[in-house]
Amino acid sequence: MTRTAILAIAVTVWCFAGPAVLAQGLIDLPLADPGLEARAIALHKRLRCLVCQNQSIHESNAELARDLRVVVRERLTIGNTDEQTVQFLVDRYGDWVLLSPPFKPATLLLWLGPLVILLTASAAAAVFLRRGLPNETPQPLTDDERAQVQDLLRKP
Amino acid sequence: MMRKAHGPKRMRTRFLVPLALFGAVAIGLAVGLTLQPQNIPSALIGSPVPEFALEPVTNYGPGFATTDLIGQVSVVNVFASWCIPCRVEHPLWIEVAEGGEVSLFGLNYKDLPENASEWLAEFGNPYQRTGADLSGRAGVDWGVYGVPETFVVDAEGIIRFKHVGPIDRYVLENDILSIVRELQAQ
Repeated sequence: MTRTAILAIAVTVWCFAGPAVLAQGLIDLPLADPGLEARAIALHKRLRCLVCQNQSIHESNAELARDLRVVVRERLTIGNTDEQTVQFLVDRYGDWVLLSPPFKPATLLLWLGPLVILLTASAAAAVFLRRGLPNETPQPLTDDERAQVQDLLRKP
Repeated sequence: MMRKAHGPKRMRTRFLVPLALFGAVAIGLAVGLTLQPQNIPSALIGSPVPEFALEPVTNYGPGFATTDLIGQVSVVNVFASWCIPCRVEHPLWIEVAEGGEVSLFGLNYKDLPENASEWLAEFGNPYQRTGADLSGRAGVDWGVYGVPETFVVDAEGIIRFKHVGPIDRYVLENDILSIVRELQAQ
């Protein structure tokens, strides 16, 4: 069912596009339904353009980014949820297509590393600062010392 | 008071701690610099080839579809006439075709049919079948993000290996053909 829908969209697009555009890929047009289009754009911003690598497909002018934008719109049009749409691309391109990496065993270090470093550094800082603090209250001066100070202060 | 208690020996080695940390970070980053971020691991390794059915490149065979990849070990090469690195690797594919060791299929990615046809006429056609993916839609299903790309598919139609970028003799022998032979021996 999904394949027929895709085919129908593709055929419609091709008929309008003509051979010149045909070879350049799918046509990237906003969806008529503003709600659906808003969801599409939100998803575009979460997905990586694989040829430019640090741009989302929303920002990129690359052909592949355009194709993926079209694919996202297709999936939403045929009734996929946001998560199904994202999974569709992850199945084909892997987690790499997500700009925000998923939380899973392979990415534990990535997600928790900064927190671990922060905690370790805070603990180390706490220990260091504590050690630096005087651990006894200063003793009052003895009479001898007081006399020495007075003597020093009196000198010109 | 406390500091004195550590003694001079402890003080002398302590300055090495940040140095060691710095060294560890530097080595980690140096290794990171040598990684190839464009080698994106394929999510499709181990999964069946996508469903597709493509018209042939004009004058080049009866078309190319999922069912063609069942029953024998195959190599699928994604190519285009506008792709310069494809010309570089093309002679190797001609060799593979002449060797007859494995079935070689061509997925023509986002090309004009007449350009692809002329290109094959000029450089030779190593492919048993060709499929013209005019829109790049089949390419998306294959997880293609650049051309050329090459897939090794086993007899059950499961993708076993993917190489991104042009192949050279080393990749052909040590990656592609060695995997093909391994799969054929099974």
